[in-house]
Amino acid sequence: MTMGQFLPLAIVASSLIPGILIFFVPEKRATARTVLNLSGAVAKVVLVGVVIWRSLQGLEHELRYDIGADLVFRLNADGPALLFASLSSVLWLVTTIYAIGYLEGSPFRRRFFGFFSLCVTASTGIALAGNVVTFFIFYEFLTLATYPLVVHRGTPEALQAGRTYLWYTIGGGTVLFVGVVWLFVLTGPADFGDTEQLASLAPESVATLHLLFWVLILGLGVKAALVPLHGWLPVAMVAPAPVSALLHAVAVVKAGAFGVVRIVYDVFGIGLARELSLLEPLAVIAAITIIYGSLRALTQDNIKRRLAYSTVSQLSYIALGVAIPGTLATAAALVHLVHQGVMKITLFFCAGNLAETLKIHKVSELDGIGRRMPLTMGAFTIGALGMIGMPPVAGFITKWMLGLGGLQTGDGWIILILMASSALNAAYFLPVLHAAWLRPAKQEWKTHRPAKWGETPWMLLVPTVVVGLLSLLLGLFAATGWSILAWATAIADTWYPATTP
Amino acid sequence: MGNLLPLAVLTPLLGALATLFLPVRHRAAAGIIFSFATCGAVGLLGPLVVGGESTYHLLGGWEPPLGIRLQLDGLAFLFLILTALVGLPVGLYAAAAQKMPAGKGGTSPLFWPLWMFLWAGMNGLYLSHDLFNLYVVMEIIGLAAVALAILSGRPAALVAGLRYLLAALAGSGAFLFGVALFYGSYATLDLTLLGERVETSHTTAVAFALILVGLWIKAALFPLHFWLPPAHASADPPVSAILSALVVKTAFYLMLRLWTGSFASLTTMSAALALGILGGCAAVWGSYQALRQEHLKKMAAHSTVGQIGFLFIMLPLITAAPAGAVWLAPAWTAGIYQVLAHGFAKAAMFLSLGVFALATGHDRRDSMLNMVSRLPMATFAFALAGVSLIGLPPSGGFVAKWMLLKAAFASGQWWWALIVVWASFLTAGYVFMVLRIAFAPAPVESSEAARPVPKILEVAALALGMGAIAIGFRAEEIVGLLDIAPATEPAIELVEPASDPSDPTDLPNPPDDLSDPPSPPGERRQP
Repeated sequence: MTMGQFLPLAIVASSLIPGILIFFVPEKRATARTVLNLSGAVAKVVLVGVVIWRSLQGLEHELRYDIGADLVFRLNADGPALLFASLSSVLWLVTTIYAIGYLEGSPFRRRFFGFFSLCVTASTGIALAGNVVTFFIFYEFLTLATYPLVVHRGTPEALQAGRTYLWYTIGGGTVLFVGVVWLFVLTGPADFGDTEQLASLAPESVATLHLLFWVLILGLGVKAALVPLHGWLPVAMVAPAPVSALLHAVAVVKAGAFGVVRIVYDVFGIGLARELSLLEPLAVIAAITIIYGSLRALTQDNIKRRLAYSTVSQLSYIALGVAIPGTLATAAALVHLVHQGVMKITLFFCAGNLAETLKIHKVSELDGIGRRMPLTMGAFTIGALGMIGMPPVAGFITKWMLGLGGLQTGDGWIILILMASSALNAAYFLPVLHAAWLRPAKQEWKTHRPAKWGETPWMLLVPTVVVGLLSLLLGLFAATGWSILAWATAIADTWYPATTP
Repeated sequence: MGNLLPLAVLTPLLGALATLFLPVRHRAAAGIIFSFATCGAVGLLGPLVVGGESTYHLLGGWEPPLGIRLQLDGLAFLFLILTALVGLPVGLYAAAAQKMPAGKGGTSPLFWPLWMFLWAGMNGLYLSHDLFNLYVVMEIIGLAAVALAILSGRPAALVAGLRYLLAALAGSGAFLFGVALFYGSYATLDLTLLGERVETSHTTAVAFALILVGLWIKAALFPLHFWLPPAHASADPPVSAILSALVVKTAFYLMLRLWTGSFASLTTMSAALALGILGGCAAVWGSYQALRQEHLKKMAAHSTVGQIGFLFIMLPLITAAPAGAVWLAPAWTAGIYQVLAHGFAKAAMFLSLGVFALATGHDRRDSMLNMVSRLPMATFAFALAGVSLIGLPPSGGFVAKWMLLKAAFASGQWWWALIVVWASFLTAGYVFMVLRIAFAPAPVESSEAARPVPKILEVAALALGMGAIAIGFRAEEIVGLLDIAPATEPAIELVEPASDPSDPTDLPNPPDDLSDPPSPPGERRQP
C-alpha cells in the first residue's frame, strides 16, 4: 500500500478505530476514553493537513477496493473532499473538547463518545468518497451512527425526535438508494468527476435523466433540509449541545448539502445540468427554503430551536449557490459549506454554555446575560453578525459571492432573496443581541456549573471562543491566497469548462 | 476426491446417533464436538470447490439411473458453508442455554440428536442429485424440524407444530406425486439425466407444477406461509434460529436448483412472474405483519416470511433472459446474498431475542426498555442483524438489495425496485421500533438489573450478527463460487443401457471435459 492509498484510509480510520475501542473502555475510565478520543481527533487534523500538503505538491490520494460484482469502494482526496474533510476534522477536534467538558459526570458517556466518533467517521467518509456507492455507504452509516446521539438523553422528547429523525432519514435514504442504483445501472461504476458517460445519454433519455436527478435530490434533500423535507431538523435539536453543534455544522446537514454538490458537479456535470435546465427549479426550492426557515426562526423562543430554523435557512445558501451556474456562485456554495459550519457551531456552543452554566434555554431569559457571560455572548455576537452577513465576519463573504454570482449569470432576483433573508436574519438575531447586551438583568444568575475561573468551565469556554474567533478570521483573511475562499474558487474553476464565464 | 462428499452427511448423522445414546449430561459436549467435526467435513470440501470444478460421488459405486449420485458445485457449497457457520454458533448457544435452570429457557436434551439429524438431512439435500433421494431428505428435514419446533413443550408450540407437520406433509406429498410422474414418464430420477430427457408435455407440466407447489408450501411463500409464523415464534430460540435461517431456505435451494438446472426447459416467464409477484407480496405483507407484532419472536417470524419473499423476486429476473444479459449476474448475486445475509441475520436476531427473553422473562416489545445499557452486546447483535435485514450498508443485506435493484433496473422490470424499497422501508420500521425502545431509559421501579445471562449466549448472537455484516465487505469470492458449474456427467460407463432395462432410449454421450473452464453465471443458467 502506497502513501497515497494509505492516507485517505488513515483519515477515516483515525476516528473509526478510537470509536470502536471506546465501546470496550469501561464507563468509569474517563481518562482513557479522553486520551483515545483526543488522540484520534488530533491525528485526523494532522492527517488531513498532511494530505493537503502533499496534494499541493501534485500527489494523488486514492484508494480503491473491489467489493466484487462491480461494487467499488473508492476514497479519493480531491479538492472538495479535502475542503469538507478539513472542516469535519477541525470541528471534530474542537467539539470533542467541548463534549468532554459538557458531559462531565453524566451517564452513558462511553456510548456517547463511541457513536460520536463513528458519526465523524461517516462524515469524513462522505467527504472522501470517490464514487456514489462509497458516498451512499457512508451516508447511511451516518444515519445509524447519529441516531443514538439524538436520543442520548432518553427523555420522551428525545425519543420522539429520534423517531422523527429516523422516519425522515431512512425514507430519504431509501429514495436515494433507488437513485444511486439507477445511476449505477446507467453509468456503471463511474468515479466522481466522470461525467461523460451520463452526458452521452442526454439526447435520447432526457426524461430519464430528469427523473433520476430529482430522485437523487429528493433523497439528499432530507438531510440537506430542503423545504418541505426539513421537518426532522428543528425536532432533533433536543440532542445534547455538542451533538446539535456537530449535526448542524458538519455531520448530517452538510452530508446532504455536500451530496447535492457532488451530484450536480461530479455526476451530472455543470454542462449537462444546464443543458437539461435542472438547476432553475433547484434554485427556486433553495430560495423558498431560505425565506421559510428565516420566517419560522422569527417566532421561536427556544434558543436552539431558533438556531435550528436558522440552519434550515442558511443551509440552502449552499443549494442556491450550486443552482446558479457560474464560478462565483459555485465558489460561494463551497465557501458557505465551511463558513456556515464554523459560525453555526459557535452559536450552538454558546447555546450549550448558557444551558449548562445557567440553565437558560429561552431567548426571553437572556436579558443582561452579556455581563454575566461576556466571552460566550461575544462569540455569539460574532456568529450572529456573521449569519446576518455583516462584514467582516465569514458569513458576509458568502452573501457577497452569491450576489456576485447571481449578477454574473443575470439572475438579479438572487439579490432580492439575499436582501430579504438578511433582513429576516437581523430580525431574529438582533433582538437576542439587544437583550443580552443592553437590557438589565431580570434576576440574580443561578450558577449550575461553577467554574474555577471565568464564566464557565474552560472546556466549554475555550472551544467556543476559538470557533468564534475563527468565524471572524475566516472573513477577515478571505482575500488572501490561502483562504477558504481562494481554495473554493480554485475548486469551482475546475468544474467549469474553460469556455464558460 | 469425491469420496469426501458423504462425510458431510455422515458426520452429523453419526453425531445424531451419538448424542441420542449418550447420557443427557454429555450430550451438549458431544453435540459441540460433532458440530465442529461437521464444519471440518464441510471445510474439507473447500479445496474441491475452489479448484473450480464440481465433484460428484456415486454412492456404493452404482451409476445412475440405478445408483444415487451426490454432487457438489458452487451453489451447494455455499449452502453447506452457511449451514455450518450458522449451525456452530447456534449449537454453542444451545449448549450454554442447556445449563440454564429448567423452564428458564434451557433447551431440551432431545435438541441435539434432532438437530444433528436435521443437519445431516440439510447437507444431504444440498448434495443430492436425484429426485427420490431429495424427497427422502426433505422428509427427514421436515420431520426433524417439526420435532424441534415442539420441543419447548408449550401448548402454543404443540398447536403450531401440528400445523407445521400438516403443511410439511402436504408439501412433501405434492412433491412425491411430481416425482412419481417424472419417474413414470422418463424412467429416471437422476437430475442430470432428467434434464436431458424432459420434454414439454402435459404430464411433465403437471409433474413440475406439483413439485413447485410442494416447494412453495415448504418455502412458506405467500400466501402459503400461514404455518410459519406460529411455528417459528413458539419454538426455543436456537430452534427458531435454525428453522428461519436454514430450513426454509432448503426449499428455495431446491426450487432454484430445479428451476435453473434440470427443468429449465419447462420454466416459463409467466410462471416466473407469478412467483415473483407472490415474492413481492410476501416481502410487503410479511414486513407489514412484522411491524404489527407486539411480541418480538412473532415479529422475527413474520420478518422471515417477508425476507423469503425477496428471494423469489430473483426468478422473473433470471428466467427467459437473453444469453449474456447484463442483469443475470446481479440477479444471481442478489438471490444468493439474500440467502446468506438473511441466514446470518435472522439467526442472530432469534438468538439475541432469546437472550432478552432469558433476561426479562417475556418477549413483549416493551421488555426491551433500556436494553442498550442492560445487555449491550445482545442489543448490538440485534442491531447488526436489523441493519442487514433492512439492507443498510455495509452488510450482506445491502449487497443483496443493491444487486436486486440493479438487476431490476437493468432488465427493465423496474417495478420490482419499488416493491423492494417499500418492503425495506417497512423492515426499517419494525427494526427501529425495537431499537427505539432499547434506547429508552426504563422507569425507576422496573429498572432492576437483568437476570444474569451466560456471556456465551450473547457472543453467539454477536458472532452471527457480525457474519451478516462481514459478508458485505467482500462479494468477489462468494459470487465467484457461483461460477462453478453444476457437474457434468460422470465420464464413465454411462452409455451402458443395461443399467436400466426399462429405459431403452439411448443415453447421450457424456461430455468428456470435466475441467471445462467455469463460465459466468449469466451464460451458464440459460434455459
